[in-house]
Amino acid sequence: MSVSPSLPAYPGVRVRGVTRAFDGRVVLDRVDLDIAPGEFVALLGPSGSGKSTLLRIVGGIDTGAEGEIGVPGKVAVVFQEHRLLPWERVWRNVTLGLDGGRLRERAVAALGEVGLTARADAWPGTLSGGEAQRVALARALVRTPELLLLDEPFAALDALTRLKAQRLVEGLWAEHRPSVLLVTHDVDEALLLADRVVLLGDGVVAEEFAVGMDRPRSVEVPRFAQLRRRLLGGLGVDTGPDQIRTGKGSE
Amino acid sequence: MPAVLSPAPTRPPVSVVPVRTLALRRTRLLLPGVRQLRRVSGLAAAVLLWWLGAVQGWLGSTTPSPAAVWRAGVELVGSGEYGHHLLVSLERVGRGLLIGIPLGVALGLAAGLTRAVEDVIDAPVQAFRMLPHLALAPVFIIWFGIGETSKTMLILIGPVFPLYINVLHGIRGVDNRLVEAARSCGLGRWGLTRRVILPGALPQILVGLRQALGVGWLTLVVAEQTATTSGIGYLMTDAREFLRTDVMFVVLVTYAVLGVLSDLLVRLMERRALAWRRGFAGV
Repeated sequence: MSVSPSLPAYPGVRVRGVTRAFDGRVVLDRVDLDIAPGEFVALLGPSGSGKSTLLRIVGGIDTGAEGEIGVPGKVAVVFQEHRLLPWERVWRNVTLGLDGGRLRERAVAALGEVGLTARADAWPGTLSGGEAQRVALARALVRTPELLLLDEPFAALDALTRLKAQRLVEGLWAEHRPSVLLVTHDVDEALLLADRVVLLGDGVVAEEFAVGMDRPRSVEVPRFAQLRRRLLGGLGVDTGPDQIRTGKGSE
Repeated sequence: MPAVLSPAPTRPPVSVVPVRTLALRRTRLLLPGVRQLRRVSGLAAAVLLWWLGAVQGWLGSTTPSPAAVWRAGVELVGSGEYGHHLLVSLERVGRGLLIGIPLGVALGLAAGLTRAVEDVIDAPVQAFRMLPHLALAPVFIIWFGIGETSKTMLILIGPVFPLYINVLHGIRGVDNRLVEAARSCGLGRWGLTRRVILPGALPQILVGLRQALGVGWLTLVVAEQTATTSGIGYLMTDAREFLRTDVMFVVLVTYAVLGVLSDLLVRLMERRALAWRRGFAGV
């Protein structure tokens, strides 16, 4: 799905001067953002900073913005809630909107990648939160997206499930190599997954830097702690130099 | 090549209402048939009370006992009278519902799916709905004559409104986040309607169907009370002339059974169509 089907698709993402206002309140103010093909970018910001809005504009869900947007032809979105249709079986949800034959086969293959082949014929209402979110991930994967948009996809999961889901996403990204834009308010999550972190504040890109750590990453290396301190500072959270954090996030 | 975005016209906010209620279902192990038995027991008690009241004279001398009603029923069925009148009545209701239900659904869909249509037709439909449609009976007889047309028209009109309202309300109640997600999966207008909006509205549409069937039977009673020589309503008016309360009760029981049967039909449809739902089933 591109912003306009008549225009040639853009590899990766190119955002130029995007402005979005709701009832006169400017949420995004001439934002520029680039994502290279295959790059994993985390968009971080306090709540209300417009990070989800930017994702929705890139994904073509929010069409009320001004500016220029270039996106690839195939974009898939995973939302904070799984947003599966409760009246369709899991596999029918996965192939929603797809044409062509062997739909079930394709659905089962995608479900296999998230470890849920056995639930192909279940009703979404019978899934746990983590399972439902993995189905939503399979629904995105089956479209072989060139750009994967993740709108706080782990925020509603419990801490253990979240860790597993993060690892799953990292593995799938490494295998399929779509460009990824991950919106999150979780500093650790951004540092664990992203090649580059973009910090959004007051409607503009406040800061951005490459994470530059080898994968798989560990929260225990000094650079991780250093980057986290810097990010939390950018988010307006004061952390002492020797504070030891044990929780999952940074809300 | 970057595409250029232009601001879209602002749309009024769509109300987001959860489409289903989640609740704990406490499954207790019941002996097979216990629930059916419980369902029948209430009805059996009512008939028993009726029979006792009639035999003891508590209900007055003009109330026939279930046994007398049964005998009258058997006699009517045996003479072929009952079958003839019932068939005529079923045909009337069938004809009315066959037009009225699709009409109500069509109006509700048109208004629910297209805001412009809602703006135009909602006010007149609501105004018309407030009019008790049974009050139209004399007018319809003048307009359409004393034949079948006036009866069909009357039965046709009643079910339109409950369906219109429930279809429209059902569509407005579909979770907009699901619509958004489905759209991001590449579903077009038709796909959205077929796979998201209609299934999401279906529980409410079936509620409308239930009400519509009820209204259909109600209208039949009124439509058959004047200017007719056939139908179970006529059977009732005719019995009144001869003070045959047992025959009148046969008709009353028939109305009740027909109502229960049509409700059962919708409930079966619900069970098939809403298998995905896990609502509160009671304790």
